Amino acid sequence: MNLEKGILNKDKRAAARLITMMESNDPEAIRIISKLYSHTGKAKVIGITGPPGAGKSTLTDKLAKRLRQENKTVGIIAVDPTSPFTGGSILGDRVRMTDLYTDPGVFIRSMGTRGHLGGLSKATLGAVKVLDIYGFDYIFIETVGVGQSEVDIVKAADSVLLVMVPGLGDDIQAIKAGIMEIGDVFAVNKADREGANRTQVEIEMMLEYNHSQWKPPVTQVVALHNKGIDDLYDNIIKHLNYLETTGQLIEKRQQNSELEIIDLIQRDLMERLVGNEEKRTTISEMARMVANRQLDPYTVSDNLVKKIIANDNF
Amino acid sequence: MARPIRVLVAKPGLDGHDRGAKVIARALRDAGMEVIYTGLRQTPEQIVAAALQEDVDVVALSILSGAHNHLLPKVVDLLKKENVYDEMLVLGGGVIPDEDIPGLKESGLAEIFTPGTPTQVTIDFIKENLKRGL
Ligand code: B12
Ligand SMILES: Nc1nc2c(ncn2[C@@H]2O[C@H](COP(=O)(O)OP(=O)(O)OP(=O)(O)O)[C@@H](O)[C@H]2O)c(=O)[nH]1
Ligand SMILES: [Mg+2]
Repeated sequence: MNLEKGILNKDKRAAARLITMMESNDPEAIRIISKLYSHTGKAKVIGITGPPGAGKSTLTDKLAKRLRQENKTVGIIAVDPTSPFTGGSILGDRVRMTDLYTDPGVFIRSMGTRGHLGGLSKATLGAVKVLDIYGFDYIFIETVGVGQSEVDIVKAADSVLLVMVPGLGDDIQAIKAGIMEIGDVFAVNKADREGANRTQVEIEMMLEYNHSQWKPPVTQVVALHNKGIDDLYDNIIKHLNYLETTGQLIEKRQQNSELEIIDLIQRDLMERLVGNEEKRTTISEMARMVANRQLDPYTVSDNLVKKIIANDNF
Repeated sequence: MARPIRVLVAKPGLDGHDRGAKVIARALRDAGMEVIYTGLRQTPEQIVAAALQEDVDVVALSILSGAHNHLLPKVVDLLKKENVYDEMLVLGGGVIPDEDIPGLKESGLAEIFTPGTPTQVTIDFIKENLKRGL
């Protein structure tokens, strides 16, 4: 299969394989995406985040269906945690989206975090690019269920939907410091349960301290029964339009690109420093000398970094 | 570092017996695999669409309804039609009479695992029979 032609011809197999290769940091996939990078940027990327079990997947399913009514195509990337002990995972977000499996205008891909912290996997941004090149109009990224500090989604999305549920109570206070600030649009899901009004008020009170021009709207929804989805959808579209008309979309994307470049440099440098057995052996030999006080760690580090700079092939 | 083996665990057909599928999903996860669980009551079309988009190495089908002779070969045929069968190992499991197994293998299932098979047997089988590199 020619992956480059395949992805341009909207062959889902090519998209699927390219994502697998990006997960393995495969140079061939990186070459193809670099070459086709000018095809990216058309899709609107929406992050969906919130505590475990809040209904992120169910809501993703309903919002995707809403977009399909508008004849928009949708790519979905759903991230679930990888066990740090076994390296294995059960990726179950799909279970909530079964109606979409065979829809030709939808592509769903599950990803394990594979040791990456922050709520996404290392290859999530790569997968977004693959789906963007393919030509999906909207791309949803469902993060792992987040607690306090998994806020990588802001670096990956144009707009972030934060899904809360009634009865989190004090948790909202706790969550505040971390993830509350990243929501552009809020949903209070499971509004069929008691306490939805209170949760909405609590969120709105917290948002009063937010002095930016955009006031994140808070919508009550019952994802399970497809209630409130139109209102939520309208609010997401409003936010995307706001970003575009104020010029903030490009500003935001520039910030995100900057973070991505820095990230890639870090990864690349680490790879060059400790990316193979031989280099790790060199470092452990140095470590022996450092431990014996024949060398100091600062000089060792400085020399290794200088070596990279001096020799492009290092 | 090699990537993890990706496995789609799916339940074709209309029955709700999902214990076996969950046992298998957990065992494969604990063996370090990335398991994509699709949920109950999947049509062969849904299973194949998911396998393709998830780019899995293994399609693991759990069936206790008695409709295995119809549904399992159907999944294989659709995988072939989508040109992904050559790279995917297709396994079946559940309540399947011994006399049906040769026919299922002939239709393209690599192996059938019936009740009482230790999960380690399945794990070893997968590792030894993958159709593509990691
Ligand atoms: C528990 C059970 C139920 C539970 C299911 C609960 C649940 N959520 O799973 C309940 C009570 C709901 C139920 C209902 C019914 N059941 Co029932 N049920 C069973 C029973 C007793 C055990 C199944 C089980 O969970 N075993 C434990 C699990 C862990 O084992 P397992 O599923 O076999 O999986 C193991 C292996 O098979 C293998 N495996 C399984 N899948 C896969 C997949 C892969 C890829 C691999 C590698 C391995 C693998 O590995 C697993 C671990 O070793 C079986 C009889 C039996 N002894 O098998 C009948 C049985 C499956 N049920 C049967 C029937 C008929 C029904 C009903 C239609 C009864 C009725 N008339 O109402 C309903 C249908 C309900 C529905 N909605 O579909 C029949 C099926 C007949 C057939 N195949 O022709 C059986 C065989 C009983 C019988 N002898 O008649 N059932
Ligand atoms: N009562 C009620 N339950 C809901 C609603 N939306 C989702 N659920 C249920 O909540 C549970 C979790 O839903 P998911 O969509 O899987 O939640 P999630 O946030 O994606 O979960 P993780 O990905 O595991 O963090 C499921 O049992 C859903 O059926 C709702 O509006 N009301
Ligand atoms: Mg989910």
